[in-house]
Amino acid sequence: MAEPATDVVLTGWGRTAPTAASLRRADASGVARLLRDAGPRGLIARGLGRSYGDPAQNAGGDVLAPLPGWIDEPGPDGSVRVSAGTSLHDLMRHLLPRGRFVPVTPGTRYVSVGGAIAADVHGKGHHVTGSFGEQVVSLDLVLPDGTTRTVGPDTDPELYWATVGGMGLTGVIVAAVLRTIPVESGYLTVTTQRLPDLDAVLREMAEGDARFGYSVAWIDTEARGRSLGRSVLSRGDHARRDQLSGRAARDPLALPRAPRLTVPLTPPTSLVTAATVRAFNELWFRKAPRWRSDELQDVSAFFHPLDGVAGWNRLYGPRGFVQYQFAVPEAHADVVRRILERLAADRHPTFLAVLKRFGPGSPGWLSFPRAGWTLAVDTPARPDLADLLAGLDEQVVAAGGRVYLAKDARLRPEIVDAMYPRASDFRELRARLDPQRRLQSDLARRLHL
Amino acid sequence: MINALGRPQTVLLLGGTSDIALALARSWAHEPGLYVVLAARPGPRRDAAAAELEQLGCVVEPIDFEATDTARHPALIESVASGRDIDVAVVAFGVLGDEERAWQDHETAVHLAEVNYVAPVSVGVCLAERLRRQGHGVIVALSSVAGERVRRSNFAYGASKAGMDGFYLGLGEALRGSGARVLVVRPGFVHTKMTAGRDAAPLSVSAEQVASAVTKAVASGDDLIWVPAAMRGVMSGLRHVPRSLFRRLPI
Repeated sequence: MAEPATDVVLTGWGRTAPTAASLRRADASGVARLLRDAGPRGLIARGLGRSYGDPAQNAGGDVLAPLPGWIDEPGPDGSVRVSAGTSLHDLMRHLLPRGRFVPVTPGTRYVSVGGAIAADVHGKGHHVTGSFGEQVVSLDLVLPDGTTRTVGPDTDPELYWATVGGMGLTGVIVAAVLRTIPVESGYLTVTTQRLPDLDAVLREMAEGDARFGYSVAWIDTEARGRSLGRSVLSRGDHARRDQLSGRAARDPLALPRAPRLTVPLTPPTSLVTAATVRAFNELWFRKAPRWRSDELQDVSAFFHPLDGVAGWNRLYGPRGFVQYQFAVPEAHADVVRRILERLAADRHPTFLAVLKRFGPGSPGWLSFPRAGWTLAVDTPARPDLADLLAGLDEQVVAAGGRVYLAKDARLRPEIVDAMYPRASDFRELRARLDPQRRLQSDLARRLHL
Repeated sequence: MINALGRPQTVLLLGGTSDIALALARSWAHEPGLYVVLAARPGPRRDAAAAELEQLGCVVEPIDFEATDTARHPALIESVASGRDIDVAVVAFGVLGDEERAWQDHETAVHLAEVNYVAPVSVGVCLAERLRRQGHGVIVALSSVAGERVRRSNFAYGASKAGMDGFYLGLGEALRGSGARVLVVRPGFVHTKMTAGRDAAPLSVSAEQVASAVTKAVASGDDLIWVPAAMRGVMSGLRHVPRSLFRRLPI
């Protein structure tokens, strides 16, 4: 079933580079028809619009709104079949009362399952569970010719690993079977540490991450000199029932709730400026304890602190913002240092950067995570950033690293193959699978994928 | 596609050998592999412009363009857009000529009106149709402060610019919600080959300054700018000067 189209102007979460498309609504049974009827500019599926750049935009073409969400009862092995349009928010609220949890959650619950697979998202637990695509049993994919195929890492590894991280360009994911993990509560026991510089946090993560299921560090990007890379490291594990006390014991599930605050409008200019950022980062670093262990935090507070404020991306004003997230191999922590130095020296206001030590990467052709370090930084979209970030790209590539496509809004096509060695295989597969280019997106056009 | 920081991948320069168009291409050429369609009359000037941009790492496609041959414009825009999206189209052609001839010599007057007004309308309609279909893109229309308050000393030119300015402002409104945008640029006196030999007016700028303002405005999503920015206030004042006084101003 498909409803009539409406014309919309869309951007990603960064609110940059708007383009117009026809928004299509359909359920899974209507997807094949929409693909067959797609015009010369094709169609792309959009989830909840949390990619920062343009992967869920399709200028002049069709954009498929999230499919209606549904969740089956988990099977005896804990796996659960869901619609691709289901949000992780809804999925967590469904699973927690059943004593289960998603094995991978990114920094927001407001992503769709289909989007999580297409971007092969990762979370604080990557060093243990890998990326989202590694926790999928199988997925139902409507191919560009309209046929539906169920693919998994064992049944059709080529198509599966092209689809995981494939930014929706191999087909439309309509449903998936996901693994879940058993949990006893909606709380985590959290250890927080304040670390004085980059070496300290890198060492602590390399040595200690294995003791925790989840680990991430927030770096104060405004700190320079000897304090460069000063961080707050937050690590934890799901709490057992017997670890709960007080309020947590009375409401052990603590189901994630809808945001309590909303940024109601876009301010005329960015509120993220050098001054506000410095003040915030200073405060944030000071308020963190030097060392605190076994604090109880609920799922929202631990995994998704920004989900508490709806529309926080508006704070960056009408020009929007970009996030630069890269990954480099373990031995190239020097690139992390140089990039932090560069950002600090250039005085682009950057809110807290997020540092994570990845475990081994997945076989996904365009999957981002790879063993080593990843750093993500948000900054207002200013034209003078273009050359700065292009320079950072070169350093990342020279170290054998890459930039995350789900965050990207400004990479150049020439550099993608150096970051993703299987990009040429991906192009070949698309040429074979989709000769008429029924699937297209602004990202694909920009990066010649 | 124009990326999040306002850098285009494909640029169409209509009047591709104009100083401002070339300055613009140069400032966007920071992006290696920029695809530039140079729409201009064939000849040594176009060849030189193409060679210079190729030196900067651009991929250049020269195409023959005659502003007054409006009948061929639809096919020309269509052929440019058949291979790739047009991220930015710059309407940069225009003539100034001898101001006194421009209202006393019939042929000169008609030619000026055709190049400066009819031809921009012609390409504007074709570009709008194309950009609407592709759902994104920016049309940069190089207008002039001369069109904002038309004055005796160059009224034929000023009137033609006033017409094209109004058309593109309106086109921008009509395109709202389509993904396509229009940026109207009103420079003051620009030192170019078009103005060579004339006395520079106050607040005069170089083609590079115009280019720098335009690239910033394209990145910010602006729809109307003055170059230099101070010209906005000046023109706002001049617009309100009574005619009896205005005619006595030495401008």
